[in-house]
Amino acid sequence: MALKKRQGALWQRITIAVPYLWLFVFFLLPFGIILKISLADPVIAQPPFTPFFDADGGLSITIDNFLFLLTDKLYAVTYIKSIFMAATAMVLCLALGFPMAYGIARANPTTRSLLLLLIVLPFWISFLLRVYAWMGLLNNYGVINNFLMWVGFIDQPIQMMYTDFAIFIGLTYTYLPFMILPLYATLERMDLDLVDAAQDLGASRTIAFWDITWPLARPGVIAGCLLVFIPAMGEYVIPYLLGGPDTLLIGRVLFDEFFVNRDWPLASSVAIMLLLILVVPIVFLQRSQARDAEATS
Amino acid sequence: MKKQSRFVFSVLVFGYAFLYIPLASVIVYSFNDSKLATVWGGFSTRWYVELFKNEQILDAAFLSLRIATTSATLATIFGTMAGLILVRFGRFRGQTLFSGMITAPLVMPEVITGLSLLLLFVSLQQLIGWPAQRGFTTITIAHTTFSMAYVAVIVRSRLATMDESLEEAAMDLGCRPLRIVFDITLPLIAPAMIAGWLLAFTLSLDDLVIASFVSGPGSSTLPMYIFSKVKLGVTPDINALASLIILIISILVFAAWFTARRSQAST
Repeated sequence: MALKKRQGALWQRITIAVPYLWLFVFFLLPFGIILKISLADPVIAQPPFTPFFDADGGLSITIDNFLFLLTDKLYAVTYIKSIFMAATAMVLCLALGFPMAYGIARANPTTRSLLLLLIVLPFWISFLLRVYAWMGLLNNYGVINNFLMWVGFIDQPIQMMYTDFAIFIGLTYTYLPFMILPLYATLERMDLDLVDAAQDLGASRTIAFWDITWPLARPGVIAGCLLVFIPAMGEYVIPYLLGGPDTLLIGRVLFDEFFVNRDWPLASSVAIMLLLILVVPIVFLQRSQARDAEATS
Repeated sequence: MKKQSRFVFSVLVFGYAFLYIPLASVIVYSFNDSKLATVWGGFSTRWYVELFKNEQILDAAFLSLRIATTSATLATIFGTMAGLILVRFGRFRGQTLFSGMITAPLVMPEVITGLSLLLLFVSLQQLIGWPAQRGFTTITIAHTTFSMAYVAVIVRSRLATMDESLEEAAMDLGCRPLRIVFDITLPLIAPAMIAGWLLAFTLSLDDLVIASFVSGPGSSTLPMYIFSKVKLGVTPDINALASLIILIISILVFAAWFTARRSQAST
């Protein structure tokens, strides 16, 4: 570590201080504020919540918001629905992404780099526009329905927009690359001879897959699943554009509590609850990545 | 090379069709003359012409580009510093907190980041009167904060795989640490910094949720403008705008891929 010897030089302290302070003020401090406001009461004022200290200097906090979130049935349904939607998207991404990542990892080098490029390319194209593209396909008078009617498969449009089906499509479409890339990274490192050896010794394809390929690919599966599940939980745009008006997911509820109902304390509590749900998968993800970094270095 | 099994091959074909058919259909329909975006009314380029007459779109695009350029530059500076700190500086006080703060934005749901920053800006405004209004500055700060984490990850992985012997040799020859950073380390990690800048730039151009939280009245970025229009359904001028963006980005990405491949082949 060449740069370590002169520990504590002025320029080093400055290099540490600048990003440290930035993250402290614009990342950590805001969480303190969310926590503070989640413990306040909503009032009709500017800003619309009660102050942290009341007039006599005493602490004025309440846990009413959290009690409300925990006891209100609507919110319980929202949380369960969000978890269910994110988990389904995760399974769909895995079902489609695993064979794709496998095929890419087994392709010859030139094809492989082109195939990978085509996976990464949608990343660079605006996320919003990619969701928008599906609106044109799934519409009652959209491309899919028009095509099916033209072929004579159906004689009136199937309702696909504004349903859970459309949300699943949108989530899978958007987060598929997040699944494929970590899977590809582990599958590419895998020794294919192991599978051949197992098959030579009489294992069927299915057995060889479940006994060898799947366990070896597990780190990639875990990373990919978490990378899909975590952002899908807080998703706002996809349920808004593709889902029905009565599809309540956490991201959208938070947005509406804040902007439509202007209940800042409740919106903050929803954020804290979302964070609490996500803490487990996030810690899990960071652990698995730290292990992965150790294994490769 | 073993042949791919038929199953894997068909999933690959299906997967790529799934990824690209929506984009292709947007491009096809952007040349649709009909005002009803889903009924084909003959070939026309009129929506492209109207796009360049629409001042709201042009203003929003200009604001987005300004924010993306500024925040990507700041994020690259801070992110590179953060990457250096984590890989080359050894242990320092508060290191655990620092590495937590630098990786957390990567997985934080956008709604939470957006809400928390807005609440910060509102509180700051009450306390010290800054920021007086929300717009360019607040969106730039928000974008810098989350994209510096991405830059730090890229720079860090580049530094971790980099040979330290050059830096050590310069050290042994009596070079001062700060000069080592500027003369050796930074030029060596420049490709990672460029990649980080490009990623930060794209992330900023792409962001809708965080910008919606921290922007104020009268300042809407391009994604905010697009969202306000597509909320109501498919429109032909957004088709044209989307096609332009898809084409520009595809050309840039393919050009980058070709140059990278050629420089690899020549070495």
